[in-house]
Amino acid sequence: MTQMRYREALNSALREELSRDERVLLMGEDIGVFGGAFKVTEGLLEEFGEHRVRDTPISENTIVGVGVGAAMTGLRPVVELMTINFALLAFDQIVNHAAHIRYMFGGQVSVPLVVRMPQGAGHQLGPTHSHCLEALFLHVPGLLVATPATAADAKGLLKAAIRDENPVIFIEHEALYGVRGEVPEGHDELVPFGVARVAREGSDVTIVGVSRMALTAERAAETLAAEHGVQAEVIDPRTLRPLDLDSILASVARTNRCVTVEEGWPHGGVGANLAALIAEQAFDDLDAPVHRVTGADVPMPYSKPLEDIAYPHEQQIVRAALTTLGVAQDGVAPMPGAS
Amino acid sequence: MPTLPDPDVAREWLATMTLIRRFEERAGEMYARAKVGGFLHLSIGEEATIVGSARALRAGDYLISTYRSHGHALVRGTPPENVMAELFGRVDGCSGGRGGSMHMFDLSRRFMGGYGIVGGNLPIAAGIGLASDYQGTDDITLCTFGDGASNQGTFGETLNLAALWRLPVVFMVTNNQFGMGTALRRHSAVTDLRRKGESLGVPGMRCDGMDVLETHEVLTEAVRRVREDRRPLLVEAVTYRFRGHSMADPEQYRTKEEVASWRERDPIATFSALLLDEGVIDAAELALIDAEAMARVDAAVAFAESSPFPEPESLYDDVYVLDPQVRGHYSGETDDARSRSAPADAQAAAGDGGASNDEIPQQLTRALATGEDGDERPGVIP
Repeated sequence: MTQMRYREALNSALREELSRDERVLLMGEDIGVFGGAFKVTEGLLEEFGEHRVRDTPISENTIVGVGVGAAMTGLRPVVELMTINFALLAFDQIVNHAAHIRYMFGGQVSVPLVVRMPQGAGHQLGPTHSHCLEALFLHVPGLLVATPATAADAKGLLKAAIRDENPVIFIEHEALYGVRGEVPEGHDELVPFGVARVAREGSDVTIVGVSRMALTAERAAETLAAEHGVQAEVIDPRTLRPLDLDSILASVARTNRCVTVEEGWPHGGVGANLAALIAEQAFDDLDAPVHRVTGADVPMPYSKPLEDIAYPHEQQIVRAALTTLGVAQDGVAPMPGAS
Repeated sequence: MPTLPDPDVAREWLATMTLIRRFEERAGEMYARAKVGGFLHLSIGEEATIVGSARALRAGDYLISTYRSHGHALVRGTPPENVMAELFGRVDGCSGGRGGSMHMFDLSRRFMGGYGIVGGNLPIAAGIGLASDYQGTDDITLCTFGDGASNQGTFGETLNLAALWRLPVVFMVTNNQFGMGTALRRHSAVTDLRRKGESLGVPGMRCDGMDVLETHEVLTEAVRRVREDRRPLLVEAVTYRFRGHSMADPEQYRTKEEVASWRERDPIATFSALLLDEGVIDAAELALIDAEAMARVDAAVAFAESSPFPEPESLYDDVYVLDPQVRGHYSGETDDARSRSAPADAQAAAGDGGASNDEIPQQLTRALATGEDGDERPGVIP
C-alpha cells in the first residue's frame, strides 16, 4: 500500500495505462502544458508527448465525438472534461453516439471510451460549475458510470474503465482531489465495476452514499455509533452502472432500513432510483420507508452560507438514519427548509 | 470537361447510380405500403455525388454519412438485401434491425454509419482520422453531411480541430439546397459553402454534384491532397434532391418548376446520354443495366420480406459488451433481467423485463406528485 492523494491516484492510473497500452491516449482542455485544471494529468505530457497527451480547443461536444470515432477504430481514448457541467455541451456525443452506437449498429463495433469529469459543490463556483449530475448519466443505457470516493477506488476504477470495452462516464469529485488514502501497489490492481464497497459494517441501518457522500456517510455513521448507539452499515456502490444491487439488498435484508445519500438533485436522482429498486425487490425486508438525503432542489448558489446548506452534511444523514429507526431526534439541528 | 474513365469503370459507376436510384424508388414504395417504418430520407437526385465521391476512395478509406445514407451503404458494397432488410426492421438488416433508415452501418466495408443527428458525424469523422494517423496508416476519411449541418456547432468545432491536428479528413458538404425545408439562402448567411471552412483553416473546393465525372475528379484531387498533406479539406458538392426531405414532406417550400429544372440535369440520365454519345455503351447495355438494378432490388425486397424480425429475447443484446467477470446490473434492472453473470438468462428474461419497466414511469410520477415525506418539503435537504 502507498499513501497518495486522490488526484495522484488518478494520475498514476493514467500513467500506468499509457505505459501499458499504446492505444491509450488522453485528450482534453488544458491537460497538457497547463497540467490539467485540477492537475490530474500533471507531468504526463512531458512523459508521453503531444502525440498521446493532447491539449484540445474548448469544444466539448467535438472532443467527446473525436473520442467516439477514435474508439470505434481501434484506440482507447480518455477524454477529460473540466467539470461535469461542461459535459452538458457534449450530451449529443455522449448519449446519441457513445452510448448508442454499439446497439444501433447491431453490435458491429464497440466504443471503449472513457470520459472523465469532476463534479461537486464546496468551492463557491456557483450554478454552472458545481453540480452533481451522475443521475443524468445513470439514466442512459449503454453507458457505464463510475463515482469513486477514495484514492484506491479512483485508481482501480480508472484502470478498469480504460480496459473496459464500453463507454465509461468517470465522475470524480472536486473536493476529493486532495484527500489522501491507501492505494494498493501493482499495475494490475483493478477495482471491478459492479462491486460495491462496504465502507463500514453495521446491523441497524444501511446507508448508501454516492461519490463524496460515501465519506460523509462514514462520518455520520461514526456519530450515530458514538452518540446514538446505532450501528450503520455504509455502502459505496462505486459504480452506478453496473450497480451492485445485490450487496445493497443483502444489507437491507439484515438492517431492514435504508438511507440513500447523494449531492445531486432529489427528483429522478440516484436515491430515487435506489428507493424504487429496493421497494420493488425488498419491500418485505423494510421496517421503514427508504429515506433519501439529497442536494437541495436548486441551482447551486454562490454565497457560502447558501452553498453550505445546498448539499448534504453529516447531520442530515444522522437525522435520516434516526428517522428510519423511529428514534427521537433531540439535539439534532433542524434542517433548512423543514416546515 | 473531365475525361471518361475506362469503359468498365464507367459502366460500374452508372450501374451503381442506377442501383441506388431503383433501390430508393422501391424503398419509397415499401414505405407507402407500410413495410418500412419511421422516417425515410431518399437520395434520388444525389447519386452522382454519392458515387463520384465514394469512388475516389480506396477500400481501406472510411466513409461516414448522415441519416440519408442508403446510397452510401450501397456504394460501399453493402448488399441491397441487407440495406432493404434494415429498412424492414429485420434481423438480417445491416444494423441488425436496430438502426433503421437513418442508421445504416457496415464495418467490414469501412462504412462507418449513418447518423440521425445533423452534424453529429463530423466529430466522429475527426476521431476516425485521428486513429488512422495515430496508427500510422495513410487511410483517409470522407465525411459527408448536408448544407444544414454547416450551421451546427460541430461544423466549426470539428473543422478547427481537424485543421489544428492535421487530420486526414475530407469534409464533403452535400449541398442539396435545403436544410429539411429551409432553403440555403434562408438558413446560411454564407451561401458559398466551400468558403465556410476558410476562417477555420480548412480550404474549400467545389464540384458539380450532378456530374459524376466532375465529382469524381474533384474528390480524387481532394483525397489525394488530404492523403499526402495530412490536412483536411472542405468540398462542396452542389446537388439537389428530387424527392421530399422525407416521405412525409408536402414540399410547400419549393416550386414544381424549380424541381423540374433540376430534373433536367438528372445525373443518371445525363451520364447515360454521355456514355451513349461516346460509344461506351449502347442502348441494349443501358437497358440491361437498368434491368439488373431492378432485379437486384426485387431480390432485396424478397430477401427482406423473408428475413425474420428480431426475436424479443434479443431486446437487450449489444447494449453493452458484457463481461461475465463483472457483477451488477447493467440495464433492465428488474428481477427478471438481473443476472449479469449469465447474459443468456438475462436475454431470455427480457420479455418480462419490459413489463416491469413499464411501471417505472408511473412510480416516478407518483413520487414527484406526492413527494412529501412527513413534514419535510420535497426537494429540500431532509
